[in-house]
Amino acid sequence: MALENTAIQDKLIATFGEAVYNFQQERDIFSFEINADQNKAIILFLKNDPELRFHFLTDLCGIHYPDSDVDEQFAVVYHLHNWYENKRIKIKAFLNGEKPEIKTISNIFLSSNWMERETFDFYGVDFIGHPQLKRILNMDEMISHPMRKEFPMEDGGRTDKDDRFFGRTVDNC
Amino acid sequence: MSELLLPPEHRYAKIIKERLNEDGSELSILNLGPTHPATHGIFQNILLMDGERILEAEPTIGYIHRAFEKIAENRPFYQITPLTDRMNYCSSPINNMGWWMTLEKLLNIEVPKRAQYLRVIIMELARITDHLICNSILGVDTGAYTGFLYVFQFREKVYEIYEEICGARLTTNMGRIGGFERDWSPKAFELLDTFLVEFPVAWKEFENLFERNRIFIDRTVNVGAITAEKAMAYGFTGPNLRAAGVDYDVRVAQPYSSYDDFEFNVPVGKSGDTYDRFCVRNAEVWESISIIRQALAKMPEGNEYHANVPDYYLPPKEDVYNNMESLIYHFKIVMGEVPVPVAEIYHPVEGGNGELGFYLVTDGSRTPYRLHFRRPCFIYYQAYPEMIKGALLSDAIVILSSLNVIAGELDA
Repeated sequence: MALENTAIQDKLIATFGEAVYNFQQERDIFSFEINADQNKAIILFLKNDPELRFHFLTDLCGIHYPDSDVDEQFAVVYHLHNWYENKRIKIKAFLNGEKPEIKTISNIFLSSNWMERETFDFYGVDFIGHPQLKRILNMDEMISHPMRKEFPMEDGGRTDKDDRFFGRTVDNC
Repeated sequence: MSELLLPPEHRYAKIIKERLNEDGSELSILNLGPTHPATHGIFQNILLMDGERILEAEPTIGYIHRAFEKIAENRPFYQITPLTDRMNYCSSPINNMGWWMTLEKLLNIEVPKRAQYLRVIIMELARITDHLICNSILGVDTGAYTGFLYVFQFREKVYEIYEEICGARLTTNMGRIGGFERDWSPKAFELLDTFLVEFPVAWKEFENLFERNRIFIDRTVNVGAITAEKAMAYGFTGPNLRAAGVDYDVRVAQPYSSYDDFEFNVPVGKSGDTYDRFCVRNAEVWESISIIRQALAKMPEGNEYHANVPDYYLPPKEDVYNNMESLIYHFKIVMGEVPVPVAEIYHPVEGGNGELGFYLVTDGSRTPYRLHFRRPCFIYYQAYPEMIKGALLSDAIVILSSLNVIAGELDA
C-alpha cells in the first residue's frame, strides 16, 4: 500500500502542529514548508517513523529570495526519498535574510555534510553544529557568497553589451 | 616535515608531533594530487600515512569549479544543455536528455514514442561508454593496459554515432525541448547495428581478461568495501550503491522516457568492494546492450523525432527564412518571450554514476530562477576518506577509479 500524502500530512501535524504547513502536491512531488528552528526534529521524525521511513536524503540546496520579507529571504530545500514505498517529498525551510542560520542535519544523514558546506559556500547559510563548516567549491579566501542574487555574474564595468536588446531586464537576468 | 607542504597549525602536524612509533619511525604526509596521472582528474587528497598505510585523508575539491548554477540563472533554458555536457563528460547525452526531460515536465510536453525510444538508445550508449571507461581505466590502474586499449576503440565507435546524430563527439549538446534537433540518419542506424555486432564480442573478451584474473582479483577483492547502510547514509546511488547490494535504479523506481517498456535486470553486488563495483558495471553494460536491441526492435514506424510544440521547439532554419510563422516562433524563442509556468520541478535520471537530479525553480522569466544539479559524485565522494582509511596507497588509487568520480561533475 502506497504511502498517501494525507497520511504524511496527518502524522506531521499531529506531532509538530503549526511548525509544518503549506502542504501541496507539486507535479509529481509532495511538498511542504517547515519552521526552520524545528528542521532537525522534523527530519529525524520523517526518517525514524516506522511508517514514513524517509531514509534517503536525495538533495539539499539553498535558494535566495532577495525580494521577500526579511524573514523569508533564504530557503533551504531538502528532498527526501522513501525507497520502500518509492515516495519523494520536498521540504522547504525559510530563513532570515540578515542572519540565515539553521541546524545541521549532518548527524542524521552523513551525505548532507558536503551539501551543507556547498550551501554555506554559495549562500552563506550558517548550519549550526556542522562539524566542518568551511567553503568547499570556492577558494577559502573568498569573502562573498556568489549564488546570492546581488552577486553579479559579469564584471559590472562592461560597456560592450546592452542587455535591453536581448530581451533581458534587471529582473530576469 | 616541510612547512611548505603543511602549515604548522594543521591538525596532521599536531598528530605527527604527538605520535611516535615504537621503532622510532614517524608518520608522514603525502600530497596526492591535485594533478596526477593516476587520479584521472583534479582531485587533491592530503594523506596522513604510516609507511604505506593511509591513516587519514583530507580531500579538497573545487579545482575546476565553473559556477554552472550561477551561469544557468543567466541563460535561457535552451542554452543550458552545453553546461550539462560538461558535468559528467563521459556520458553527456544522459545529462542533456535529463535536462530536456526536466523542461518537458515543467511545460507538460508529451514526447512521441519514437523520440523517447531514440533517447533511450542514446542514453544507453552513453551508459556503455561511461562504464567502459571506468572499468577499463580500473584495469589500467591495476597494471593491465591491454584491456583498456582494446575496448577504448569502441568508445570511438559510439562517438561516431553521436557525431552522426548531433555533430559533436564529447560535449554533445544533443536534442531540443520535445525531442531531437533532426532525425537520425540511416548512417547512424547503420553504425549502431555494426556496433551491436562488434562490441559484445570485444566486451566478452574484456570480461574474460579480468573477471577471473588472479592479479586483478587480488588487487580488488575486499578493497574499498562499503556496507549497504553506510552507502545509503553517504548518499550513494547508481552502480556504486548496487555493488553494495541495494537494487535502487531510477530507471525502475521512476521510469522516464518509456523505460518501463523494456525488460532489463538491475544487477547487484554483495560486498560493495572494488571487484563488485567492477562486476556490476560489466553486467550493466550487457543490460544496456539488451535495452538498445529491444528499443530498435520495438521502434515505432514513421519519422517522428520531436513533439509538435512550436512555442518551444526551434524551427528548421530554411523555414525561418521562408515562412512567416516559423520566423515569429524563432524570434520569440531566441528572444525569450515564450512564457513558462511558475513552478518547482525535480527530475531525476539514472546517470552513468548515480541519480542525476535537476531541481528547477522558475519565476516565469526566460531563465531559471534557481537550478540545482544533484550531482551523484559530489555526494558520494564524501565517503572516500573513510573508504581508504587503513588501505595502502595503491589501493587508494584503485578505489578512486572504481568509484567513477568525474571531476567535472564533482565540481560543477
